[in-house]
Amino acid sequence: MGSPVSVTPTGSPTVSPTVSLTASPCAEPPAAEVLRQDGQREVFCGLTSIVWLHRRMPDAFFLVVGSRTCAHLVQSSAGVMIFAEPRFGTAILGERDLAGLADANDELDRLVTDLLARRPEIRTLFLVGSCPSEVIKLDLSRAAERLTTRLAGRVRVLNYSGSGIETTFTQGEDNALQALLPLMPSSDEPQLLIAGTLADAVEDRFLALFERMGLPPVRCLPPRRSTDLPPVGRGTKLLLAQPFLSGTARALQHRGAELVEAPYPFGVEGSRDWMAAAAAAFGVDPQRVAEVLDPLVERGRRALEPHRRVLEGRRLFLMPDSQMEIPLARFLQRECGMELVEVGTPYLDRRLMAGELALLPPGTVVSEGQDVELQLERVRAAQPDLVVCGLGLANPLEAEGIATKWSIELVFSPIHGCDQAGDLAELFARPLRRRSLLSFA
Amino acid sequence: MELTLWTYEGPPHVGAMRIAASMEGVHYVLHAPQGDTYADLLFTMIERRDRRPPVTYTTFQARDLGGDTAELVKRSIAQAVERFRPEALLVGESCTAELIQDQPGALAAGMDLGGIPMVNLELPAYSKKENWGAAETFYQLVRGLLKNSVPPPGSPKPTAGRWREEGRRPRVNLLGPSLLGFRCRDDVREVSRMLAEHGIDVAVVAPLGARPADLLRIPTADANVCLYPEVAGTVCSWLERSFGMPVVRTVPIGIAATEGFLQEVHRVLDLPQPPGDGAAREGERRSRLPWYSRSVDSTYLTGKRVFIFGDATHAVAAARLAAHELGFEVVGLGSYSREQAREVRAAAAELGLEALISDDYLVVEQAMAEAAPELVLGTQMERHSAKRLGVPCAVISTPLHVQDVPARYAPQMGWEGANVIFDSWVHPLMMGLEEHLIGMFRHDFEFVDGHRSHLGDGAPSVAPAVDAVHGTPITTTMATATATATLNATAHSPTAPMEDSAGTIRWSPDGDAELQKIPFFVRGKVRRNTETFARERGLAVIDAETLYDAKAHFSR
Repeated sequence: MGSPVSVTPTGSPTVSPTVSLTASPCAEPPAAEVLRQDGQREVFCGLTSIVWLHRRMPDAFFLVVGSRTCAHLVQSSAGVMIFAEPRFGTAILGERDLAGLADANDELDRLVTDLLARRPEIRTLFLVGSCPSEVIKLDLSRAAERLTTRLAGRVRVLNYSGSGIETTFTQGEDNALQALLPLMPSSDEPQLLIAGTLADAVEDRFLALFERMGLPPVRCLPPRRSTDLPPVGRGTKLLLAQPFLSGTARALQHRGAELVEAPYPFGVEGSRDWMAAAAAAFGVDPQRVAEVLDPLVERGRRALEPHRRVLEGRRLFLMPDSQMEIPLARFLQRECGMELVEVGTPYLDRRLMAGELALLPPGTVVSEGQDVELQLERVRAAQPDLVVCGLGLANPLEAEGIATKWSIELVFSPIHGCDQAGDLAELFARPLRRRSLLSFA
Repeated sequence: MELTLWTYEGPPHVGAMRIAASMEGVHYVLHAPQGDTYADLLFTMIERRDRRPPVTYTTFQARDLGGDTAELVKRSIAQAVERFRPEALLVGESCTAELIQDQPGALAAGMDLGGIPMVNLELPAYSKKENWGAAETFYQLVRGLLKNSVPPPGSPKPTAGRWREEGRRPRVNLLGPSLLGFRCRDDVREVSRMLAEHGIDVAVVAPLGARPADLLRIPTADANVCLYPEVAGTVCSWLERSFGMPVVRTVPIGIAATEGFLQEVHRVLDLPQPPGDGAAREGERRSRLPWYSRSVDSTYLTGKRVFIFGDATHAVAAARLAAHELGFEVVGLGSYSREQAREVRAAAAELGLEALISDDYLVVEQAMAEAAPELVLGTQMERHSAKRLGVPCAVISTPLHVQDVPARYAPQMGWEGANVIFDSWVHPLMMGLEEHLIGMFRHDFEFVDGHRSHLGDGAPSVAPAVDAVHGTPITTTMATATATATLNATAHSPTAPMEDSAGTIRWSPDGDAELQKIPFFVRGKVRRNTETFARERGLAVIDAETLYDAKAHFSR
């Protein structure tokens, strides 16, 4: 295999009269200075991604092997939404397991047997490692192998780590997808592979648009059924729908897939260029692409307009959380006219973010990692008009008079695509609009 | 290893956070990995707190484990003390940090904290839970601050009439109210008001709203009121042993319990008992619950089957109130509080029941379905289970949701608490007059039989959704079948015969006609009872007489 990264040709095909977003990262000086701080990190751990992954694959069960804290975390981040028996749970380690009085492997086998007897519809079981299981070095990969053999093809057992000592929030999905990867069949058949969980309706929309442009088969990872895994091989062009799949992208490239460089599909321009980049990778006639996408772009801009009027000129501060901060900042700055005070990200993958970083205005402060106390001091000093942050910080900042947008909504809402750009902007405009509506005088 | 899908309680360090966040001037340094900061949202979202809980997390990562995590702990402590200047410091660890054994409390003890009192919290994360953690933290903090002022052994206990000798009003402490507890904020106000009416002052309320300096004043009161035994039980016992402070243990939820509470307070303080018999009784005068419960509209509450589950304090109080003050039939009582299991078992035995002690919500849901209740009083977990079963529910206990922290004044304790309880438990049931009118007008053509009830959000109006005879839950398919059958019957189509393993049973035309005269909201139940009755007697056809035979058989 040659270079692991296939860079789209410089000056990628202009697919519509508007300027393409896909700037070559090497052509310009780096737009952003990066501020690195190390202190208290106010972020979720990777277990949180179970909350959307289990909805994406209804035939999969996510079993966290951890502590009561893990169970409480997943439950709290999901809200107490127990309208149905959940397809996730926690095998809580007890003192007996830690003291070695009980063989953790026997215990796990017993528990999995009970669980699967109760849930016969489950086809894939993910054993999800946690902080405690990592620290006591419980070998979940061996447990997964052993259980897969024992269950004799009825249920496949996989494992990955969602622990807070190793993963941040959305990285849990990156690890879960990598766990699925060895089960993906090999095929060199030409296909577009979209990686990253999308809302079902959004995905259907993308598939229909790609079909209209005449692309070869388009497949998605994760699939809607955990057993319908797409193949991967030299004919695969990989398009990332989410910006947090560093490990998955690398692993798919090892299997022969070629990464399509594109901005992420947030906003009208981002989504347009994301789709156009995929089309270009298959040599689709730009004229054809424009025919399909131009009306979407036009309509998307119209939908964006009322929200742009609210957001324009407002100052935005993004706290690190979901790893979507950089592409969202790009969208809010370029398409909604917001000014960027600081763009926080839990970690910076320069390879996957190169295109996005290049689109940020020169001098934008990008911060990687966090010392939450110092960052809050910067927020207070800057007095931004809107702070994107986690649920633990939102009300306290509101009480200080600073408008906020909870970031967790961004991983649960359909926000990708041209047709969603208006809704995405609305999520940020709503807190500001609400403030202007309220008066108690 | 234990499988948990949803938990009633968080880990013990969340209990410690509840104490720290409830107080002023206390800071908690928690050795914990990134991700454990999720607990902040419990306070900022569920309680809508306007500030972050006073907690500094070390948020160590895998790469720190190879290095010196102890150094990280010390740095975090030093920075927290510098930044927040607390009046007392709690130092502890979460489940993962417990495994790496940095012993943050010992590290803190070796540091110069500028004289700030420091409490080392050792909360075993793999065997204990949230309420235990809260109780232990509150106890350790009070003990840590007061241990040097404990009178030497053999010192005389303060007398009950000490306040009289000192020429002041009697005063008590209210111990146990905390954030994420059930309606604590309003209970404190109600209980304080009630005590003031009896000339009794409140010295210290803790942990809610207290500063460390307030805890130092605890022994200046004449007695401690243990408002929430889950949180304050341990500390009240220690204060009783160490300072000879009597403890008022009656929890004033309901009329009888509130009167009992006041009597206990008066006894402990050597005050004359509050006056009154009959209409002069304070509960009769101060709360509307007794009259509302006696008024004719409430007749329909008689014998309503109620299933109760929650923390021990609220579940036990609810059971007594439901049985004696509302005339419900308690058909199930349980709690997830293993520490208070004895009290729950005793209360259940009083009602001729066996208590359910479990923290597995599926076991609770199963018990709920089997008990075939018409009303569920539970936590947010039971609210969801009840919704699935189509049974109305009122929330009476933690774990709670943002909607259980209402804007209005809504205590559970005292006279106003009894009013609030009457409204919030009775509201989910159909009101008596309304129920009567539906029966009266059911033959009017305007009356749409399948109309939606407000009960159980969207559940078809075939109450209850459980078989009252067998106590078996009706599956969704069965409930739908019943609803469909009811609708078919309205259209005067012949009722479809019900088949099961015991054989086919047919309704004769006159039997079916009689069945249609029964109000739709009990028709499903009557039909099932009658079919069970017929099946047990080997009858193949149900006519009007069978229906009335069955009615007589099942009437209680």
